[in-house]
Amino acid sequence: MLKLRAGLLEAMLEQAHRDHPLETCGIIAAPVGEPTAERLVAMDNAARSETFFSFAPKQQLAVWRELDERDEECRVIYHSHTASVAYPSAEDVSYAGDPSVHYVIVSTLPEVEVAVRSFRIVQRKVTEEVIYIVN
Amino acid sequence: MSISVMVPTLLRSFTQDQKRVEVQGNTVLEVIEQMEREYPGVKDRLIGDGQVHRFVNIYVNDDDIRFADNLGTALKAGDAITILPAVAGG
Repeated sequence: MLKLRAGLLEAMLEQAHRDHPLETCGIIAAPVGEPTAERLVAMDNAARSETFFSFAPKQQLAVWRELDERDEECRVIYHSHTASVAYPSAEDVSYAGDPSVHYVIVSTLPEVEVAVRSFRIVQRKVTEEVIYIVN
Repeated sequence: MSISVMVPTLLRSFTQDQKRVEVQGNTVLEVIEQMEREYPGVKDRLIGDGQVHRFVNIYVNDDDIRFADNLGTALKAGDAITILPAVAGG
């Protein structure tokens, strides 16, 4: 289960629709040892693509250093799919190697049934999980 | 020369949960090879076929080594290496 602070789901959706048709991306940080993902950090999609995203290495380093200084960890990595449903692609699975991270995908397709979904991806096995909103 | 290496969460099982290790080396490759001697298994997680895996970023101070001399990037006293997972997808 992913425990997410209220308002962050909407913030991811808003960012995804703002960047559509390009894929958007970011992380949500949690204080180390705390159960709830609290702080959203929007990242630039260095690929600026409708079918791919990548964090810019320099920006990622700066953000990860900030996490370290704040005693936080990267709890969620999110990105959008702008022409498909919110389910990990083969490419997503090939990059997603961290069993401690929740991988959230936001779909900006207008007809999509569920726009935001969360997954664990461990050794290439994808498992969907519930998103629990914490007020 | 001793270089400080920041180890990502995913690799800390190799370094007895240490977040930062001190390793000898004059280039990034030498540091990784020394890490392999001290923490066996770590090298395969970082490089293959003489290249840094695409899902790994290695920085010397603030710079991604892909934009320097890659694994041949020379190190000087006081340099710090940071290893992070590269984040990307489709």
